[in-house]
Amino acid sequence: MSLIKTTNLTLSYENMTVIKDLNFEVSPGDYLCIVGENGSGKSTLVKALLGLKKPVGGSIEFGDGLWQNEIGYLPQQTNAQRDFPASVYEVVISGCLNSRGIRPFYSARERGIAAENMKRLGISELKNRSYRELSGGQQQRVLLARALCATRKILLLDEPVTGLDPMVTAEFYGLISQINRDGVTVIMVTHDMSAAVKYASHILCMREDDFFFGKTEEFLKSDASDFLKGGDKGV
Amino acid sequence: MFEVISEIFSAPVLVRALIVGILVSLCAALLGVSLVLKRFSMIGDGLSHVGFGALAVAAVMNLAPMAVAIPVVIVAAFLLLRLSSNSKTKGDSAIALISTSALAIGVMANSMSNGMNIDINSYLFGSIISVSGGDVITSVILALVVLIIFVFFYTKIFAITFDESFAKATGTNTNVYNMLIALLTAITIVIGMRLMGSMLISSLIIFPALCSMRVFKSFRAVTVCSAAISVVTFVVGMMISYIADTPCGASIVCVNIVVYAVFFVVGAVLSRSKKS
Repeated sequence: MSLIKTTNLTLSYENMTVIKDLNFEVSPGDYLCIVGENGSGKSTLVKALLGLKKPVGGSIEFGDGLWQNEIGYLPQQTNAQRDFPASVYEVVISGCLNSRGIRPFYSARERGIAAENMKRLGISELKNRSYRELSGGQQQRVLLARALCATRKILLLDEPVTGLDPMVTAEFYGLISQINRDGVTVIMVTHDMSAAVKYASHILCMREDDFFFGKTEEFLKSDASDFLKGGDKGV
Repeated sequence: MFEVISEIFSAPVLVRALIVGILVSLCAALLGVSLVLKRFSMIGDGLSHVGFGALAVAAVMNLAPMAVAIPVVIVAAFLLLRLSSNSKTKGDSAIALISTSALAIGVMANSMSNGMNIDINSYLFGSIISVSGGDVITSVILALVVLIIFVFFYTKIFAITFDESFAKATGTNTNVYNMLIALLTAITIVIGMRLMGSMLISSLIIFPALCSMRVFKSFRAVTVCSAAISVVTFVVGMMISYIADTPCGASIVCVNIVVYAVFFVVGAVLSRSKKS
C-alpha cells in the first residue's frame, strides 16, 4: 500500500494550470526527488501535498495510516527567521504541536521526542543556544529535527540545501540518507540534479507540459535526464 | 519615596490607574513580542488611531465609550490583518490610510460637538484620571481574559510566529490564531488607550519587545523579560508623572526610551564579548 498516490492530479496557480494529469506514488521507504525547472509547479505540488492547496482535478490519496498533518515538512527558510530569538529546543519541540490538538503546554512524552530527535541529528549540545546564532547548516539540522518531531513516517524537504556550502551540503545529504535507511520515507524538492540521481530511489521530473516518474535507473536511461543535463549527452 | 507610594495608594483614582495600567502593560508586552516578530507592529499603531476615532464619535453620540470602541477596533484589527497579509495590496499604505481616516473622523466629530466637555488632549495623550470605577471592572476582566488566552495558546503562538508555513503544514489553523492575536491586541489597545493616549499606546506594545530582543535569546526569556520591563516602566513612569506633574503616557514612554538605550548597550557589549 502506498503512502501517497496521486491520480490525474491537476493544480493551478493564480488561475493558470501549472500541473496537469500528474500521476505518481510514494511507497514506504522510498526516497523521491522532485526535480524540474523554475515555474514547473514544484512549489505548487508541495503545497498540494501538505493540503494547503486544493486540486482543480484528480486526487491525492494518503494510505498506510498516514494523515496529511503527519508529513514532516522542512520549508524554505524565510529572512524573518534568521533573526528570531528562539532557543534550539523551543524550535524543535514546536514540531510536536500537531499531536497536541487544543491542549496547551508540552508533556513529558513530547519533551522526550524532542530530545531524541536532537540527539539523532547531533544537536543536543546546542539545545539552549539561540537559533539565530547558528550557522546555516546547524539551522537546517534544527529545522530537520523539528520536522522529525512532527512525523515518524515521511519527510518533505523543500530545497533544503539552498545557501549551504558544499561540505555542509554533503553532510546534510548523508544525514537524509541515514534517516531514510532508518525507515523514514523522504520526498525532496531540489535543483541539485547530481544529488538527486545519486541518492534518490525514485525521480519525479517536472517539465512544462509533461513529466517523468520512475526509478532513478529508468530515469537515467530516459530522455528526461538528457534534457536536464543540458542536452550534452545526446550529442 | 515611601511617601509618594503611600500618597498614590491613598488616592482611589491613582490606585485605579495603577491596576488597569499594570494589567494593560502586561498584555501589551506579551502580545508585542509576537507582533514585532511577525512584522505587525504597525497594526498596533493603526488600531490606536481607529480607537481614537471610535471614542470621539461615542462621546459625541453620548454612548458608552468602551462599548463602541471595542467592536469597532476589533473589526479594524481583522481588516488590517487581511490587508497586511495580502501581498497584492500595499499593506503599509492601507494602514496609514485607515489610521489617518479614523483620526480625521474623530477630530471632526469632536469639533461638531462644541459645547460638550470633551478634552481632545486627554484622548490623544492619555489621562490618569480618565479611568472611572466602572471602567476598572471591565478593564480588569478583559485584561485577565487576554492573559489567560495568551498563556493557554502560548505554544501555538510561538509556532505560528516562528514559522507560519510549517505550522500550517502540520495542521494548525494559522488564520484562526492570527485573528486571535489581532483580537487580543484590539482589546488591549482599547483598554490602555485612555490611560496612555491613542498616540502613545503602541509604544507599550513595541518598546518592551525590542528591548528584550536585544539581550535575550530564547522566545520564553524574551516574553518574560518584556512583561517585566513593561510593568516596571509603567510603574516608574507613573510615579515620575505624579512627582513631576508630567503627562502619564509621555512619562512612561520616556522611561522606555532610557530602558531601550540601556538594553541596546548591554546587548552590544554581550555580543562583542562573545565574538572576541
